[in-house]
Amino acid sequence: MTGDVACAEGALAAGCSFFGGYPITPATEIAERMSERLPEIGGTFIQMEDEIAAIAAVLGASCAGAKAMTATSGPGFSLMMENLGLAACTETPCVVVDVQRAGPSTGLPTQGAQADMMQARWGSHGDYEIIALSPMSPQEIFYQTIEAFNLSETYRTPVLIMTDEMVGHLSEKVVIPEAASIKTLVRPSAKGRKDRFKPYRPGENGVAPMAIAGQGYNIHATGLTHDERGYPVMTVEAQEEMMRRIKGKIRNNLADIIRTHSYRLEDADIAVISYGVSARTSLAAVDEARELGIKAGLLRLITVWPFPEVELRSLAERVKALVTVEVNLGQIHLEVERCASGKAPAILVGHPGGAIIPPERVIEKLKDIAGKNH
Amino acid sequence: MPEEITKLIHKYLRHDKKFPHVWCPGCGNGIVLGSLIRAIDKIGLSKDDIVMASGIGCSGRMPVYVDFNTLHTTHGRALTFATGIKLAKPSLNVITVMGDGDATAIGGNHFIHAARRNLDLTAIIINNQIYGMTGGQFSPTTPYGSVATTSTWGHIEHAFSIADLAVTAGAAFVARGTVYHVQMLDEVIEKAIRKRGFAVVEVMSNCHVQFGRRNQMGDPVTMLKWFKESAVPAEKAAGMGHDEMKGRFTIGILADEEKPVYTEQYGKIRERAVAAAAEELKK
Repeated sequence: MTGDVACAEGALAAGCSFFGGYPITPATEIAERMSERLPEIGGTFIQMEDEIAAIAAVLGASCAGAKAMTATSGPGFSLMMENLGLAACTETPCVVVDVQRAGPSTGLPTQGAQADMMQARWGSHGDYEIIALSPMSPQEIFYQTIEAFNLSETYRTPVLIMTDEMVGHLSEKVVIPEAASIKTLVRPSAKGRKDRFKPYRPGENGVAPMAIAGQGYNIHATGLTHDERGYPVMTVEAQEEMMRRIKGKIRNNLADIIRTHSYRLEDADIAVISYGVSARTSLAAVDEARELGIKAGLLRLITVWPFPEVELRSLAERVKALVTVEVNLGQIHLEVERCASGKAPAILVGHPGGAIIPPERVIEKLKDIAGKNH
Repeated sequence: MPEEITKLIHKYLRHDKKFPHVWCPGCGNGIVLGSLIRAIDKIGLSKDDIVMASGIGCSGRMPVYVDFNTLHTTHGRALTFATGIKLAKPSLNVITVMGDGDATAIGGNHFIHAARRNLDLTAIIINNQIYGMTGGQFSPTTPYGSVATTSTWGHIEHAFSIADLAVTAGAAFVARGTVYHVQMLDEVIEKAIRKRGFAVVEVMSNCHVQFGRRNQMGDPVTMLKWFKESAVPAEKAAGMGHDEMKGRFTIGILADEEKPVYTEQYGKIRERAVAAAAEELKK
């Protein structure tokens, strides 16, 4: 099946019971699959009037207890940004899939890119943390969609799946395991006396238990700065406390959240950094480089946000160069450069979008760095 | 009688929320809230089963004061959040409270599509003909020729009739009331909540501070008198000509139709899909 369909199947395996969407290439197949499949399991699909409404319906469904998701591409992703901020502020779990295509604007609607990576991190207004995953195959998008729901529920935060048109439209074998073997998590739920419940009083891991509409807790959720009762408080102190909580619950749990995959990195003196479809390019390039006697390895970012900063800093201490491979003209490259802090040169193998990067381009760069191009 | 009314309202307020509220003295929003609470009390709905969702603006602040499941969302989007809530948990009574700019400018697209879709939602739109919270900029319902802080030389755009827009977009129930005609407001809000389908109540309300002050109606009494004089009951308006209705508006129930309700229709789709999936398994 294709990556898009595998994404929908992963969502269902994770317990997703609500999808709100709006048609957009190359993400439409996710909505189509959900429209067919959700009613079969007693769930709900709705096509809204635009992407602003789609994510809002998803958040509404989540407030009423559903595991909820939407899927879009660049232009729709931009429209979702305002309410993504509301999700971060009200700590409402949701999963948003961005099947990236080349932009800016309408760009190349049917051809892929990885150029929304910084929008994923900073696209909404104000300061907040976000979790973003990046799958490299249909099989992986299946598992990562489950993981996205689990992280979203555990940390009461929006989680993004930053896939791309190439993976979304790639058709490969996908094994769907028995439901019993799939670990699915649900948000920490409200307990105890209703008159004493504070909807934003954090538990041990910094995440507050969540009351669902209709449970009797009758809580207030607002995008205004609020205290632990959920009520608006227009002070600098309340702002600081709220910001510390919503950023802290992510920043203090990085070890649980961040996933990377190291390939032939143990003895590497050139580290390739990549994610999504470009990781496939990079894997091929690393193998080829090794054939040529170049000690290259790959750090594949499964979690892109929060950025695997500790791993990057330690890599920068021990390799000759960091080579970022991505289908944009330098986004994650900037993060790699920041983490390298001058300890190792950060080099970009980028692409303006519309196609994958051929492994040859990466190999040429690796040969340059290793001094084998003379 | 006034004491009883106050007591009744207190039954539904959040007492751990710090008052006073954010609304200006004499604001019509409190009258709308009172009507809403009386309607809810009369129907006998449980507080735990009510969701109140709002957008941004003075109306957006209403939910925080009441002891329901409340959601203060983004500007213009209350109905889209309400849509998700209702679909995920159809047993909840979902009421949205919006302003005129909120519902028909930034949220105009959501408004017409919610009306077309016919979910079982109640939409209360407080129409004070101005953006009050941001300081008196013109809205889609600001009358032609009036003064706002962004039409200081006189407003040259034409106003929407929110209720007419709702009727045309297909809302199952549409009524218009005013904060002067409170008993009627109680009645139409009650009917709107009871209605199975998308129900709209447009409430003409006074913002004497941001609208009235710049348009020779700088106090609540003058504005209420204006509503009293301009409002024509729907039955009477039916017999009046276009010229006679100029500068006036109709009040009362403007549409009340039976239409298939979205959640019930979707329930049928689920039944068919489940049966088809079971059939597929047998093969």
